[in-house]
Amino acid sequence: MGYREKDSVETHNNHAKPIKSAVDKFALLPEFLKVRGLVKQHIDSFNYFINNEIKKIMKTNDRIECPQDPSLYLRYTKISIGKPVEYMEHHAEKLTPNICRLSDRTYASPIEVDIEYTVPNQTNKEYKKGLVIGRIPIMLRSSCCVLSGKDEAELAKLGECPLDPGGYFIIKGNEKVILIQEQLSKNRIIIDTDSKGRVNASVTSSTHETKTKTVFFIDKDKIYLQLNQFSKPISIMIIMKAMGMENDQEVMQMLGRDPKYGFLLFPSMQECRSEKIITQKQALEYLQGKLANLSSLRFEINKDDRVKKILINVFLAHVPVKDGNFRPKCIYTAVMLKRMMDAVLNVETFDDKDYVGNKRLELSGQLVALLFEDLFKTMNSQVASRMSKAYDKASRSTPLYFIHYMMSDTITNGLERAISTGNWDLKRFKMNRKGVSQVLSRLAFIATLGYMTRVSPQFEKTRKVSGPRALQPSQWGMLCPCDTPEGEGCGLTKNLALMTHVTTDEEEGPLIKWCRKLGVVDVEDLSGEELHAPDSFLVMLNGLILGKHTKPQKFANAMRKLRRKSVIGEFVSIFVHERQRCVYVASDGGRVCRPLVIADKGVSRIKEYHMKELRDGVRSFYDFVREGLIEYLDVNEENNALIALYEHEIPKDGHGEDNADVQKSSITHIEIEPFTILGVVAGLIPYPHHNQSPRNTYQCAMGKQAMGNIAYNQLSRADTLLYLLVYPQRPLLTTKTIELVGYDKLGAGQNATVAVMSYSGYDIEDAIVMNKSSLDRGFGRCIALKKQIVVKEIYSNETSDRIVRPQNEPRKQALDADGIAAPGQIVRRHDILVNKQSPRNKKDRITNPMALKDCDYAPSNVSYKGPEGETTVVDRVMLYSDKDNKMCVKFIIRHVRRPEIGDKFSSRHGQKGVIGTIVQQEDFPFSEEGICPDLIMNPHGFPSRMTIGKMIELLGSKAAVSSGRFHYGSAFGEPSGHADKVEDISRTLVKHGFNYSGKDLLYSGISGKPLQAYIFMGPIYYQKLKHMVLDKMHARSFGPRVTLTRQPTEGRARDGGLRLGEMERDCLIAYGASMLIYERLMLSSDPYQVQVCRQCGLLGYYNHKLKTSWCSMCKTGDSMSSLKLPYACKLLFQELQSMNVVPRLKLTEY
Amino acid sequence: MSETASLNMQDIPQGQLPEHIELQRARVFCKADAPVHTEDVEYSGAYAAVGFDNSLQVDDFRRDFRVEIKNLSMDDIEFDMIGIDASLANAFRRILIAEVPTMAIEKVLIVNNTSVMADEILSHRLGLLPIEADPRLFDFLSENDTPNERNTIVFKMEVHCKKRGPRLTVKSDQLKWLPNGSELLMESPNPSTKPRSFTSFSCSQASLPQISGRPIGMKHLDIIITQLGPGQSIELEAHAVKGTGKVHAKWSPVGTTWYRMLPEVKLLKEVRGNDAEKLVKKCPRKVFDVEDVGHAMKKAVVSRPRDCTLCRECISGAGEENIALRRVRDHFIFTVESTGALPAEVLFTEAVKILEEKCERVISELS
Repeated sequence: MGYREKDSVETHNNHAKPIKSAVDKFALLPEFLKVRGLVKQHIDSFNYFINNEIKKIMKTNDRIECPQDPSLYLRYTKISIGKPVEYMEHHAEKLTPNICRLSDRTYASPIEVDIEYTVPNQTNKEYKKGLVIGRIPIMLRSSCCVLSGKDEAELAKLGECPLDPGGYFIIKGNEKVILIQEQLSKNRIIIDTDSKGRVNASVTSSTHETKTKTVFFIDKDKIYLQLNQFSKPISIMIIMKAMGMENDQEVMQMLGRDPKYGFLLFPSMQECRSEKIITQKQALEYLQGKLANLSSLRFEINKDDRVKKILINVFLAHVPVKDGNFRPKCIYTAVMLKRMMDAVLNVETFDDKDYVGNKRLELSGQLVALLFEDLFKTMNSQVASRMSKAYDKASRSTPLYFIHYMMSDTITNGLERAISTGNWDLKRFKMNRKGVSQVLSRLAFIATLGYMTRVSPQFEKTRKVSGPRALQPSQWGMLCPCDTPEGEGCGLTKNLALMTHVTTDEEEGPLIKWCRKLGVVDVEDLSGEELHAPDSFLVMLNGLILGKHTKPQKFANAMRKLRRKSVIGEFVSIFVHERQRCVYVASDGGRVCRPLVIADKGVSRIKEYHMKELRDGVRSFYDFVREGLIEYLDVNEENNALIALYEHEIPKDGHGEDNADVQKSSITHIEIEPFTILGVVAGLIPYPHHNQSPRNTYQCAMGKQAMGNIAYNQLSRADTLLYLLVYPQRPLLTTKTIELVGYDKLGAGQNATVAVMSYSGYDIEDAIVMNKSSLDRGFGRCIALKKQIVVKEIYSNETSDRIVRPQNEPRKQALDADGIAAPGQIVRRHDILVNKQSPRNKKDRITNPMALKDCDYAPSNVSYKGPEGETTVVDRVMLYSDKDNKMCVKFIIRHVRRPEIGDKFSSRHGQKGVIGTIVQQEDFPFSEEGICPDLIMNPHGFPSRMTIGKMIELLGSKAAVSSGRFHYGSAFGEPSGHADKVEDISRTLVKHGFNYSGKDLLYSGISGKPLQAYIFMGPIYYQKLKHMVLDKMHARSFGPRVTLTRQPTEGRARDGGLRLGEMERDCLIAYGASMLIYERLMLSSDPYQVQVCRQCGLLGYYNHKLKTSWCSMCKTGDSMSSLKLPYACKLLFQELQSMNVVPRLKLTEY
Repeated sequence: MSETASLNMQDIPQGQLPEHIELQRARVFCKADAPVHTEDVEYSGAYAAVGFDNSLQVDDFRRDFRVEIKNLSMDDIEFDMIGIDASLANAFRRILIAEVPTMAIEKVLIVNNTSVMADEILSHRLGLLPIEADPRLFDFLSENDTPNERNTIVFKMEVHCKKRGPRLTVKSDQLKWLPNGSELLMESPNPSTKPRSFTSFSCSQASLPQISGRPIGMKHLDIIITQLGPGQSIELEAHAVKGTGKVHAKWSPVGTTWYRMLPEVKLLKEVRGNDAEKLVKKCPRKVFDVEDVGHAMKKAVVSRPRDCTLCRECISGAGEENIALRRVRDHFIFTVESTGALPAEVLFTEAVKILEEKCERVISELS
């Protein structure tokens, strides 16, 4: 299809020459990521909100009037967002992200507005500049953030990691990400079948004012409209008539000449006629009768108007009606009908809801904009109502100044609450979403990046559907095919690929102008007949019918040329849909797109000298786009393009052309780098294209649990839980993605020498055998940093806790003279961290709270809650005051752990395993070079998992250590040289005296004799995962019990018992071990002695004074028996009694 | 080996093994796909049928056992041990790694550490530093012992990085030996008594006759311990005690020690001409050479079999018919890489002593 323009002579000249080796376009990638960053989509969208959207919101809601007196009003004239500051009592304190993180504050900027307002009985307007109406949380690295545009040194000064991507918010010290939300695109016709199998055309209209959904469906050959405002489906012909299309013939013409369409519409026409509706007036009257009684009581005034209003504002709300001209809406309806009928006639024309081109991604900017709009409107109405209340008050001492009623907490609190809880509950927009924002995981650097690219699904995860979970071909290059969670979110939660860009809204005005100039004829000027004239295509702009064009291909090419010349925006997409006979022009926000190299007849526009200029730094990625060498294509436009992976793959013109499955001249674009179809997390896997696909998915989940370095500022952060590796390394076998995202600087693993062999039987089921000496020398050693906060409480009677100097007491050896544990002190479980005392009297008023005596305080020490028997160290102590001005002490407690049996490790190929046993070095096998492996892995891990990538990683790493050069294993990188070929690796191995297959002769460390097989041995990058035995192991004999049932507590955190569950019980019953059941279920749980009255069968009690049992029901103690039963059983009886159910025990003697 | 019918087989001279059995007994065959005959035959009467005595005679062993030192430097030694069983060679290797004692820092008393490195990790790094002190001069410190000049070596480190200065790299030379024991005083519960230090040395270690000649210190002075930023400082005392590699790798006297069996490369057929050139080129370790045999003919010869690393390039493909890669079962090329406390050759004798001691213990227990 497209791009068949005859281009300059230059290309032809080039054509004649033999094709040289392809230009290495890799350098474009780092350049692209440099200008764009990994989370640019978030930052771009937030910037767009702050710089444009917020102004639009203000403009549409810029006037507050006093309801009683419209001349009394307030008008916003300007809105702006400053730099993040916090207003203390008298001064403004500049905020930096790290200050906020450490002292639990919100990183937010004031929203300043300029206003003008009238005052009663005064002709002059009052003006006020820079009025703060609230504080808005600021996204890190956005244009308002103090970090924007800072270099590495400046960032370091602010305590920030240069590799941190930004794109999240800091709310009360917590880092929150607003996840990318996936949605079906707005304002587009979607043809589908509903649950009843009816053909169904729906449009979700979304404008700044309203959001509505219009559905057409075919039921029993008749076409109906379904709209919430009408109680029943309405025949489509009636709607047409109500919009002024009284002439049936015109409706027919709008659908086209083909009698097929006529037949399909005929039943609807008949129905309309049988209802005796011919004129517009009759139709409107009919519709009046069908109105749903939603809120009709309030607008009783003019029903006729209401129907019209619905037709204007609700029915296909995004199609504008100017001066009561319904024609655009009629045309739009006709187009929808036609597409529906096409679907009936030809099943292929159904739309695919899972098609990525039909999806829009909602980013944090848009979500915050919605929130802000809602809160802004709420605030304005609050101001108005306060004003009206004040106006009504007869006795006014002060004049009515609007400014007095402006309160800043509505917006501040509203934004803070929504972002910190993640609940977007906006009644105004009928939106109620939970989990929109989430705490940014700082478990691993990669986990953080993974969060920033995550796309959260539109459906609830519990639904058992396969369609939306399946891998979509249109996902190619936009969404990572590997990175998705296992389980319920599988295939629904997705991640962006490396080069994906998400568009923001763009002005339509200039686009419309250009379209008109290029010959798009306005549909309003056309008759219905001409609408679907066979020689013309409809031109749609963002879901609206702009007009039609007789030469669609020419038009599309011209538009694309404009885009390449940067006349129109770079993210505008032009897509010719042959089957629908439409040209779709899109400039709306939320589309995913990616950059591609433009090729003229298969010849790349990027030449070596371009790349040289890039390397020399005289050319930026932006220049490539501006000069039309690279362009962004969205999913729809990709359908018009033919994209080659490599330039040199294209067969030469002439010879062999017929054999090739694609003609070289038809190629329009060339990929920048094939491995960019993967995302950030999948990009860590070396040779992923040699692995079985689920393994890559598993690794994507596990890479986020690997310990390593979090950020450069990791030691000055105060996370609740932080795991760090003591000696992290960068992988010997890297990928290009690793270098692009900075994983080589913040690694999360170590290159372990692995021998693939069986050893000792403690390696079954993926367990690994570890070398003790390796562990002694620091392999897998990690630091766990845990946070504990102590608040010096201030009570309602103005008394407060105090922290006092410790006396020489037990468990207080870690305390300093100030009563707070000192950094560097060793603490064990139950050691006291803060020697705190609380006043005994916390409620009653006390005349002088400062003059309390020592005896008025009771100790309320705070002790360390850590694992039993481990020695930990106070790493840091931080003092700060929180937002209520209470003094807080933050302790960071450090625990250095060496790997132990049961700790979980994994390679980068979804091959996890726990340590099965730890073996002395002298028992380990050794090679002829004296190399002794760090760990031994069982070969049974390979055949079923088919992780060939891991084997190649071993070979490549071995070649890397012996040759002293890092080797590469980028996805699909062999042809372009971004992955070393096994052949080359083998050659390197042989050169250094190893076997080409990486298998060495090993001697047994126990017998000293050579092993009977050559052992596949070499380094593999191993990750230590966060799951460690220390945090999980649990056992108890005695322990706490629940007060209600007197049964042992549940769960490790509460030192709970281990439950003998139903199935275990079944086994014991089957086995006949009745005494064991008795012991487990009663004696070890909740035995209880009760007194039962044999007469009434109810429970009595034992009177300790009289030393007799007594039944309070029969008022006698004559026939009492004592009985042992579980306390929970007694509880059940009593609860039943409280519900008027009497359980009676019948006792018999055995 | 050509096939012969069993009836036509030659009589085998008694007391001598047939050639192929002898080869299996004395060599490990490194075939292309897997090594075979890796296990030797231990049973003394295994070849009794042919009258061959497979038992080990002390006199034979004394006669045949040889040690040839091939390479000796400060810390490394490579020697050949010929005529010994793998189990014994392995015993020496195991003892060297795990049972020859050395001195290593075990306890670190940190007075001040404002560096980014956590105390535990700093201590761990200090522990791994090799100390140049003869462990034979010291006793083991058992649980109830008080640290004294006979069992503890004390080091002190006091480093400070100047404010507004460049970053400071702390190297092992910063650890200073304190021959008089710990200078830090214990916190005593009773303030009236004289505070005691953490060690109770009766005299200076420097005055001890065995030590006085060679002051104790770090083996390498350029090992990076940590880095200090401006204004950061470290003040600590490190106590080194005697221990073995079994407990922790830091007490292992060797970086590693290992042996390999002597490679034997045999040309089964004569490799001539082009094939010879190819063979020479194939081997990355240059095991083969080309020899002129006159008439412009060239022949491949095995000139450096010792260098063979068993890459098996020469026997890949059809090469296995021409070349046999073997290992001599009772010839061990033993390498010891000392960490520096003792010279490598001394370490080996120490290992022998330990094995001797163990044997004596077994004998005495049995008798």
